[in-house]
Amino acid sequence: MPVPVPAAPVSSRAAQRALNWRRIRRNRLSFAALCVIALIALAAIFAPWVAPHLPDATDAAAALQGPSWRHPLGTDLYGRDQLSRIIFAARVDLSVSFGATLSAVALGALLGAAIGYRGGWIDNVGMRAVDAVMAFPAFVLAMGITAAMGNSVLNVAIAIAITQVPGYLRLIRGEMLRVREMEYADAARTVGNPPWRIVVVHLLPNCIPPLIVQATLSMGYALLTMAALSFIGLGIQPPQSEWGVMTAEGANQIVTGEWWLFLFPGMAIMVSVLAFNLVGDGLRDLLDPRMRGIR
Amino acid sequence: MSELLEVTDLTVHFRTEAGEVEAVDHADLEVRKGEVVGLVGESGSGKSVTSFAVLRLIRRPGQVKSGVIRFNGVDLATLSEEQMRRIRGGKIAMISQSPRTALNPVISVGRQIARLFELHDGASAAQARRRTIEMLTLVGIPDPERRAQQYAHQLSGGMCQRVMIAMALATSPELLIADEPTTGLDVSIAARILDLLRDLGERTGTAILLITHDLAVVAEVCDRVAVMHAGQVVESAPVRTLFREPAHPYTQALVKSIPRVDREVAMEPIPGSVPSLLDPPAGCRYAGRCDRVLPICRIERPVPVRITADHSVACHAWSGPREPAR
Amino acid sequence: MNPLVEVRDLRMHFPIRGLDALAARLRGEAPTVVRAVDGVSFDIAAGETLALVGESGCGKSTVARCILRLLSPTSGSIRYDGTDIAALDEQAVKPLRRSIQMVYQDPTASLNPRLSARRTVEEPLLLHTRLGAAERRARVEEVMHEVGLGSDLLDRYPHELSGGQRQRVNIARAIATRPRFVVLDEPTSALDVSLRSRAILLLESLRERYGLAYLFISHDLATVKYLARRVAVMYLGKIVEVAQTRELFAAPRHPYTRALISAIPVPDPDARRDRFVLAGEIPSPTDAPSGCSLRGRCPLAQPVCAEPVPLREVAPGRWIACHLA
Repeated sequence: MPVPVPAAPVSSRAAQRALNWRRIRRNRLSFAALCVIALIALAAIFAPWVAPHLPDATDAAAALQGPSWRHPLGTDLYGRDQLSRIIFAARVDLSVSFGATLSAVALGALLGAAIGYRGGWIDNVGMRAVDAVMAFPAFVLAMGITAAMGNSVLNVAIAIAITQVPGYLRLIRGEMLRVREMEYADAARTVGNPPWRIVVVHLLPNCIPPLIVQATLSMGYALLTMAALSFIGLGIQPPQSEWGVMTAEGANQIVTGEWWLFLFPGMAIMVSVLAFNLVGDGLRDLLDPRMRGIR
Repeated sequence: MSELLEVTDLTVHFRTEAGEVEAVDHADLEVRKGEVVGLVGESGSGKSVTSFAVLRLIRRPGQVKSGVIRFNGVDLATLSEEQMRRIRGGKIAMISQSPRTALNPVISVGRQIARLFELHDGASAAQARRRTIEMLTLVGIPDPERRAQQYAHQLSGGMCQRVMIAMALATSPELLIADEPTTGLDVSIAARILDLLRDLGERTGTAILLITHDLAVVAEVCDRVAVMHAGQVVESAPVRTLFREPAHPYTQALVKSIPRVDREVAMEPIPGSVPSLLDPPAGCRYAGRCDRVLPICRIERPVPVRITADHSVACHAWSGPREPAR
Repeated sequence: MNPLVEVRDLRMHFPIRGLDALAARLRGEAPTVVRAVDGVSFDIAAGETLALVGESGCGKSTVARCILRLLSPTSGSIRYDGTDIAALDEQAVKPLRRSIQMVYQDPTASLNPRLSARRTVEEPLLLHTRLGAAERRARVEEVMHEVGLGSDLLDRYPHELSGGQRQRVNIARAIATRPRFVVLDEPTSALDVSLRSRAILLLESLRERYGLAYLFISHDLATVKYLARRVAVMYLGKIVEVAQTRELFAAPRHPYTRALISAIPVPDPDARRDRFVLAGEIPSPTDAPSGCSLRGRCPLAQPVCAEPVPLREVAPGRWIACHLA
């Protein structure tokens, strides 16, 4: 039988903030992962200043050279510096995964909230539509959409977003079902709130915590999906710089022994996805006990 | 006079992120064989934590900082976990509020009781079933054969509580700890549960430690009462004495703050509020709310003194007879 | 002088759904509705407190939700200041929400955990008044002081407040727009017994100061005695007795009232406890007996009790629904 820990309200806002900081730092792995993502993002934003060479600068004389002082991560078939390409590619990778996930979250949350709050036949129809979309394996769906819409960065982002919307819709709808039965939802009605305000001001904010965790994990998945699409030749095409494309190009060169062309972009993908997952885990730990309101 | 349960100088702290919560502070408590003792206090006064300490269920982040708990003369701290497990549910049983959530929702209630007989007494299935029906009848459940096959969600709150009592008494415990057993139940159901507890105590000789925030409940059922405030036991006395001649200012304030139907008196809320247990004030924790506070109250914790053999109070402002209790 | 609130023959029936119910219906057996509120009538004058007492399943909370139009009553009328609000749609009801408010039972569940006390209390002002931001702030602070909460608590969130403080925020929210009628749904049940007195005294002082009318819903008869002038007792969706509070406690006439009062624990170990006991437990509203709903549990039952029993006025202001009273 779990012994209930007696509640002791924290005395001040400052104490509360100190408490939060201590919690964040305690989960060191997640904190480190967060720093890694921040670093990658900064590198991407300031790419022109951070990268040692222009990503598209070809140099036939330096083609297919291994890691050296001049080209720390080697060069490719056309003599382009891999390090610079990887840094510039971060822009595409991160922006698509952020963008796709964020739009999926926004759309999924809004639809899920509306459906969950209204209930009734709208809920039934909506959920069956969601079931239909989710019947397709997400990657297959992404492939199909990209193939249909054509290969471009934007289309890849849209495809990924579409595959993620049903998940968020379901999540928020579930939370909405729980939260609309709460007494404070009734109180919001009694006070005179119109339905849209009840949903937006009172209910949605209380549905958010599980969403945040899911979103960070999804960013990793979005990244992976995009890279995988490029790897198989859909979506972003060479000679554009994108980690998946680069990994695909590198795969072609493995047989001839240029291991650096495959390894480093692959590692970039791996490190980023791992970092997203760790941040998501840490966030879950951070938010959960507070959600349960143990005070 | 044989003490069934003797709690001496119990202190329990909880290490939380916000700091150390001093939930129970040097508490003394006694329960004699066959008597009904009430442990009264507001929410957060440490009464439930005390009962968990008796069952040796305090785990991280909680820690028993001091104190000895003797059950039938044996110091519970000296027992192995295996021995302690046999005592929990065996010699010392516990029921709490929200009986429906304490029952397993996927097993019939009869089965849950029968299992106890099979486990603790080695009874056969048929014997266990027979004793289950006896138990259900003992706690006043009509139509026990049919009810035994029902599930928790099919029973009303009052019935669930009766089933919990049946489960608790199935092993013929010497001590039953009832933690807010009637909170949340309707008035008439609560009255009957209380009558049942008092009756059963007399009939089976089981001692009962009744934990509640409601003094009226205590007046209905208990022989002796201990009053807790912010983790400290401030007074303990036979029930009549507590109501007629309360010695501690908190007890007096508590009695005056209750809405009552039997008398035409104004209610007086207790001034102030319970101090935070995160960084409790030194000395007596009631000092901030007390109308008889003395300078020493904020410096030194009052030690319980015996007024009579049965009545002790922990208050510097007590001006009556005093003999040190320990 | 017309009463502020006039409820006549209010009924709220919930249809039972599900396969079991369907099967039962096809067999021609079980009732198809839960009669949560089954013909309830009462008046509340301006500035008066009427208590509605009863145990679980009696329908008192459903009555409250009907009056607040959180539910649409199945039939009956609810007149507020002359206007029948029972059949109005949500749009028409909204302006009335400034004047009719509710204090909820569970102080924790009824506060949005993500809103600070300030924002919670400010919201009704935002929705119903045209006060500017600064005026709203001032008013919020004023109201908080009235309920005895310091300004330093304004920016705290519900989990940073004690149970008693949360309840006071609840009360502050209800009176922020200076309503005329407040429904109190078990406002003290979630509080420790020692804290109830403070809440009751606060509610009473607010009522006097602002001339509020209260519908005080409770199962705790002890608190009712302090706050209400008149009491109506409910059982299984119907009112069974109405009387002045003093009279009700001194001489309850309906057997259910007698049982309820005798069950109240009294903080006096020497008090005589002759309980007037009803057999069995409260039946589910779908299993209500025909005729008098207390039949089957009442020790005084006679054959006549199989007949439906009306609520009769046996003395001025004294109503009883019992064949034998």
